[in-house]
This record gives sequence, structure tokens and C-alpha cells, in this order.
Amino acid sequence: MAKAQKVPKPQKHLYEGAEWSFEKLDRVYDAIEEIANTELGLNVYPNQIEVITSEQMLDAYSGIGMPLMYNHWSFGKSFVQDEFYYRKGMRGLAYEIVINSSPCISYIMEENTMTMQALVVAHAAFGHNHFFKNNHLFKQWTDAEAILDYMHFAREYINKCEERHGVEAVEELLDAAHALRENAVDHYSRPVPMSREMAQQRIDDREEHKRTDYRDIWRTLPHKEADVEDEEVKSKRQEANMAKFGLPEANLLYFFEKHSPVLEDWQREILRIVRNIAQYFYPQKQTKVMNEGCACFCHYYIMNRLFDKGLITEGAMLEFIDYHSRVVAQPDFDDQRWSGINPYALGFAMMQDIYRICHEPTDEDKLWFPDIAGSNNGIEVLKDAWANYRDESFILQFLSPKLIRDFRLFQIHDNASLPHLKVDAIHDSRGYKKVRSALAKSYTVSAMTLDIQVADVEFEGDRAITLRHMVHDDVPIDGKEAEQVMRRIAQLWGYDVSLYCEDALSGKILATYDVTAS
Amino acid sequence: MMHFIDRRLNPKGKSLPNRQRFIRRAQNQIRKAVKEAVNGGKVTDIGHNGRITIPSKGLNEPRFKYDYTKGKHDRVLPGNKEFSTGDQIKRPPKGGEGQGGKKASEDGEGEDSFQFSLSREEFLDVFFEDLELPDLVKTSLKEEVEFEKQRAGYVRVGSPSNMDLKRTMRHSLARRISMKRPGNEELNNLREEILDLEARGRKTKKLKELHEKLEQLEHRRRFVPYIDPLDVRYKSYTKIPKPNTRAVMFCLMDVSGSMSESMKDLAKRFFMLLHLFLTTQYERVELVFIRHTHMAKEVDEETFFYSRETGGTIVSSALEEMQKVLEDRYPLGDWNVYAAQASDGDNFASDREKCLAIMGDVILPACQYFAYIEVMDEQELEIFKDEQNMTDLWRIYAQLTAGFEQFAMRRVVKPNDIFPVFQDLFSKENAGDS
Repeated sequence: MAKAQKVPKPQKHLYEGAEWSFEKLDRVYDAIEEIANTELGLNVYPNQIEVITSEQMLDAYSGIGMPLMYNHWSFGKSFVQDEFYYRKGMRGLAYEIVINSSPCISYIMEENTMTMQALVVAHAAFGHNHFFKNNHLFKQWTDAEAILDYMHFAREYINKCEERHGVEAVEELLDAAHALRENAVDHYSRPVPMSREMAQQRIDDREEHKRTDYRDIWRTLPHKEADVEDEEVKSKRQEANMAKFGLPEANLLYFFEKHSPVLEDWQREILRIVRNIAQYFYPQKQTKVMNEGCACFCHYYIMNRLFDKGLITEGAMLEFIDYHSRVVAQPDFDDQRWSGINPYALGFAMMQDIYRICHEPTDEDKLWFPDIAGSNNGIEVLKDAWANYRDESFILQFLSPKLIRDFRLFQIHDNASLPHLKVDAIHDSRGYKKVRSALAKSYTVSAMTLDIQVADVEFEGDRAITLRHMVHDDVPIDGKEAEQVMRRIAQLWGYDVSLYCEDALSGKILATYDVTAS
Repeated sequence: MMHFIDRRLNPKGKSLPNRQRFIRRAQNQIRKAVKEAVNGGKVTDIGHNGRITIPSKGLNEPRFKYDYTKGKHDRVLPGNKEFSTGDQIKRPPKGGEGQGGKKASEDGEGEDSFQFSLSREEFLDVFFEDLELPDLVKTSLKEEVEFEKQRAGYVRVGSPSNMDLKRTMRHSLARRISMKRPGNEELNNLREEILDLEARGRKTKKLKELHEKLEQLEHRRRFVPYIDPLDVRYKSYTKIPKPNTRAVMFCLMDVSGSMSESMKDLAKRFFMLLHLFLTTQYERVELVFIRHTHMAKEVDEETFFYSRETGGTIVSSALEEMQKVLEDRYPLGDWNVYAAQASDGDNFASDREKCLAIMGDVILPACQYFAYIEVMDEQELEIFKDEQNMTDLWRIYAQLTAGFEQFAMRRVVKPNDIFPVFQDLFSKENAGDS
């Protein structure tokens, strides 16, 4: 009975040690959910968290993170590579994959420690999940309720096509469609139809280009009967085409799906599938920094609160801080590990910074951010930002001088025609705004995707299609790749394809590429 | 309410179809890489280390992209240390620091390569390609002999851990329905009715009837049990037998100057194939490499294939060495002995009698199988086409074929000539298997 005096300490911690179990997961999930609901006020899709093995994680990787992806060799390519690096211990696996769907599916790995699982739940099941549900881009472009069904349909459909038309035929089509994945979204509102003068100018320029590009040897080739089209007739036809096909059209896949003269119905459907999936990923590309920032802010806040409340041990907290600081590390540009700006680092730092500006502003902050400095409602400000911005506008709006100093950001102007790079701005009062807008610009859609449109189609003649690349800041298209892509376009279109690169400012034709349909 | 779902038991290998598609796509590059791996690798390596590197040409996924080596653009970088506004920096060398690695790999051209691992099966598929093995042999070679349980339907007896609940309950349900076993609900209703009547304190005829009925039902329930031994089904497994013997494989090769590199290459494939076959048949296979010129020596594999020797050719020296190793280390009762010999057929004429004696009296009786290949190029094949023309060694060995059925010999010019020398071996084993 002497033992009875030793009252065991009340079990306060949600878990101890590294091993995880489903009961522990349940307890931790409930604790996290409470903080997320009452303190952060997150608004999330219902969660579905699935435990998988590392093998399954590798599998999930290869289908660009989708649980149900159709089959294609390119996914196999990324699979064998991921597998190789993983097996050789050269690369770790992601701790989690989260799908923008309702219910929001998060995959967590069985190899993770319990602390890791808690971190992942806070990060993915609440941080990312909230962002998916509330950000305007996701609301506009994706349908979380329907995506899993759609992926299921896509997989089945493509399977059926393979059975009916052969694996090779489908593969060829998917190759072509994948090459245009990035040109499959309506990025821009339609530009105003070109004026007559500009059209004339363009024709002149093309003549001019032909003249400067003239090679006498071509003359020796047997010539086709030149069908000289009256310029006036041509421009009339162009105008008619523009109206008929909605030209210029930046959504290339959409255009081929609707107007290709050679595709069969199943092929159009597959193009549509690729296009829809590309569109589904479109918001993710534009919100990488914010999305990760939001998730990191949430997991950091939640884990700290769990510790404050005495729900996790000091050991767990230390382990968490170790993971966390590795995730949000930003190597310098001259560091061996440098591989670009880490969206986790920038995103997390900005979220923390906004919170700080709201609660403990400096005089500088009050000057730069009069609306939010000292407003004492950091969480609300953050949630508003998460809902209404994308990376570009978010950085333009919220990147503070303090962060520019902390990261020691500097801007380099690279003019390929000059032997030297020039430092345009650094972290000083003259440079803050320049650095900020340059950084924001690097996250624009146009920085990721080239401005390419279907400019003209000759439906009466040889059915050739003309693409136009608008060149900004003299940065040209990669010609070799472009020709490969155009060969795939020729498959989709069935007739000749040409591409001309037009300087956006002067309207000059800088280069042309032609691919003949085989 | 939130659910954690355990997917760990879901089938893995979901990306297998993608993997197969990729391998088909990269077929030509893989074929070449496997060939190189075979030529550069060890005899025992075959199928174990499938790491290969192929050029990424043809596996490129093109898209419209910028050529950032031209034009003007601004970049924002972290970690400024010494720069101030207006500084001019020398352009870093291409592919150097900064965005180094990434640029280089995105670039379509250049020495871009792609490294990954093939599974044993995938590797062997390619390895077998130009050997032109019959399909049956291919599968028997590819088989990994492991203790693998295989499902084999259902049985009525077994250990409890193998019980198949679904199947058992299905049988139980079917039996209960067909035998009209009264359910819980039915009984409970009846009992309640009885209690109800009893509470009212009347001893009517109806109560008696109900009691009788209850008794009847309970009897029936005892008579028709919930689960009867008849219902129970167990999952059945069969086991693949495990090989429990060991073998030693002797590789004999003439390394005198007359053996060219391509001949050695052929010989190597020949050794690999035999080794592969042995590893599927025996748990443990040891390799002994004996090279010879006018004298023989046991060497390691590296030296065996890659070092050059000069000198004449005395085949019996290798046979003597083999005999010595056999006596020293591999007592006949404990080991299965296999030997593979590759040579260009040269031998000193004076060595003839000695070879014949050792082979006939010692080596061949000790061997389960002895395969001899005579490697030669096309021209030589023309010369030796005629039955009358033959090399010294061939002439000696030809006398032995009649007396020993475990002895096989063959002239080999191309990789696909190799297999026939093993024909008897494989067909014998296969016949034994079935």
C-alpha cells in the first residue's frame, strides 16, 4: 500500500517519444484543430489524412502528386529518377503531399516521427487546406469537390482509349499535349484586334525579315507556283478568321481541341483532359510563396501553441524547431546549396513579418504600411492576404524594407549584350522599391510562361497555322525547344506550323521558325 | 469527425505501368547501357546491380521556354555581401556558380545524362535479347529462388491465423439462412412477449404456446450453430522449394596474345550465362577463375578479364590447376562442379596426350557439366567450316564428346551462338523440373 502514495503525474502531454500511433494522431489532430479553429479561425475543407509507406510516396510523386493519374511514360521517367536518388540516399522524400480537393487529402508517411506527423497535420491539413479553400485564384480556377471524380474519369477514359486505339497512338497525342501544358490556360483577357496600320506594319516587317534573312541558295530550289495573295484580301481573311476563331488565342490546347482539322473526337477529349488538369494546377504555380508561407505560418503558430499549452514535450519542440529551420532555410546566392529563392523561406518570413508589423511596428513600418501597422489584428490581416493575393501582388504589397535587409536582397540587371552584370539595387532606402518590384515581377505569369498565341490560320489555302510570340525585354524563345514543340503542334494540327517572334514594343519581327507537317 | 486512413497495405507499385512505358520509350538507350554494363561488370553482377546511365536525348519533354542567355532581365538574389548599387560584376562562367546545375540539366543539348536503376527482371530482359534464348529458359533464369508463399485457393484445414473470415462468414450465413436459424431479434421479441404476458399474471394458453415456441426455437438455435466447423475456410499457400545445394563454377580461359578483346567479351557473356543459370539452381555458387598461357594460375576476376599475358598455349596447365583446386577446396561429395572453358583453340601439339588424359580421367568425371566454346572471328569460321579443318584443342576435345554426355562444345562468333552450347544443360534441367 506504500506504493499508493506515489501518485502518478497526470499525463499532460499528448504523446511522448518518437513512435506514432493512430490514437496519438487522433489526440494531436483534435488539439491542433482546436487551435486552428479558435485562435486562427481557419476555414478548411473536411480533412482526410492517409498514412502511406515510402514506396507509395514514391508512387504518388510520379503522378505529379495526384492520387489518380493517367499513365504516361514521362511519369515513369520521373519515377525511376526519384527512386534512384531516394534509394541511393541522395535525396529525401517529401514529408507530405496534400491534394487540393474536398475532402482535402493529405498523405503522411509511416516513417515520420510523431512530431513530424503533428507538424505535417498542422502544415498540410490546416495551412494548405485553408489556403486552397479561401484563395481567390483557387476559387476561380479549381473545383475541389469535383477534381477527384474528374481524375478518375480521365484515367478511365485514357485507359479506354489505349485499349481502343493503341498505347502508342495515345502516347503520341499525350506527348504533344504535354508540350503545350503551359499554354493551356487563358492567362490574359483578349487583346484588342489589331488595327490596319499595325497589320500592315507587321506584313512589312515580315517582308523585311525575309529580305535580311535572304539566302541566295534557296533560289536554286524548285519553286512552288507562288500564289500571290492580294494583301487586301489577306487582311480581310485575317479579320474574318479572327472573328471566327476568336484569334488571337493564347490557350493553344483549347484552340487545337476546338479547331484542329485532323483530330478525332477521342483525341479532342484527351486534349481537354490535359488542359483541365493544367488549369487545375495553374493557381498553384502562381501562389507557391504564399501557399507555403501560409502553411509554414500555421504549423509554426500551432506547434508553438501546443508547446505553450504544455501539450508536447520539450524534446518534441526541439525536434520540431530542427525540422522547421531546415525547411525555411534560405542559402545565399553564392552558397553551394543555392537553387533559387526558397518559397518556404520567403513565404514564412513574410507571414511572420506581417504579423510583426501588425503587433509591434517600427516607425519605418508605420511609414510603409500605414494601413496595417499597429492594427493588432495580424491573423485577420494575414487571412485577408491569403484570400485576395497571388505571389506577385502579395510581394509587391507586403515585402517590407526589414525583410529586404534580413535577406540582403539585391537586384542584378543582366543585359546579355553587355559583358558585365550590373547591380541595380541593394537593400538601402534607394533600392527597397526597386528590389521589391523586381522580385514581384519574377513571380508573374509572364515570367513563367511565354506569351504565345495563335495569330492566324489559313483555312482556305494550305491550312497552315501561324503562332506569334510576343518578345518582352529582348528575351527570345529557346529555338531548339520551340521547334520540337512545333513538331508536336504539327501532329495536332496536321498541317504546317510557323512561329514568328515579334518585339512587343517596336513590333519588329525578330525571328521565324517553320515546321512542315509530315 | 476526422478519420485517419491506413493505406499502407494498399498495393504498391502503382507506377509500374508508367515505368514500363518509360522503359519501352528508352529502349534503345537502355539496350546500349546494359551492353556496356555487361562488358564492364563482373560475372556475378549480372542482374544484381541494375544501375545504369542513359543519355536523356529522346526523353526530353519540350516546351516553349525562354532562352535566358540572351536579352535583358532582372534577377533578385539573397545574401548580398559586398555589392553596392551601380557595381559591375563579371559575368559568372556558364554553368558555373549561381544557377549552375539546374541550367545544365534543363538544356536539351550537352552531355546530359539520366541515371536510374533497372530491376533484375528488366535488366535480364535486355541482357537476354541478343543471346536469343528460348522463352522457357528465360523464365527459368529470371526466377528468383526465394521462399515465397503463394496463394493457392482455400482449404478446410489450416492454422487459425490463416482463416479467411470473409469466406467463412459467407458460408456460415448461407448455411444459417438455408437451415432457418432463428435470429436474435426473433428470439428477443418472443421473450419480451412472454415477459409481458407473465407480468400481467395470466396463464393463458397463448403463454404456453409461446413457451413451447421459444423452446423450439432455442433448440433449433443449438441445433444450427452460428459457425459450424463446416463453414470454416483457410487460405492455402504453397511454397516454392528452396535449393539447398552448392556449386562451384570454374572459368577457364586462354589469355595468350591470340585472344582478342572481342573474343574475351564473348567469353565473358558465356561465363555470365552459366553463372546466372547456376545461381537459380543452387543456393551458393562459388567462382574460380583460372587463366592460362603456357602456364596456368588462379586469379581474381579483374585480372582474369583485363590483364594481358604473353606466352604460348598449354591447355593442360589450366586443367591441372583446376584439378589441384578441386582436390584442395572442393571435395566432390559436397560440391557440384561446373566448368566453362573459352579458348581460341590453339594448343601446343605436344600437349595433346596430356589434355586428353586429364580431361577424360579426372575433370570430366568430376563435372556435372563442362562447356567449351571456341571463340573466333568470321574469317576463322570460314576456314574451320570444313569438318577436316579444326584447331588442335577442338580435335582433342572432339574425341571426348562421345564418352561424356555432360560435355558440350561449340564454336562461337556472335553472342547468339553462345546459347546452343548450353542447350543440353537447360533442356535437361527443364525436363527434370516438370
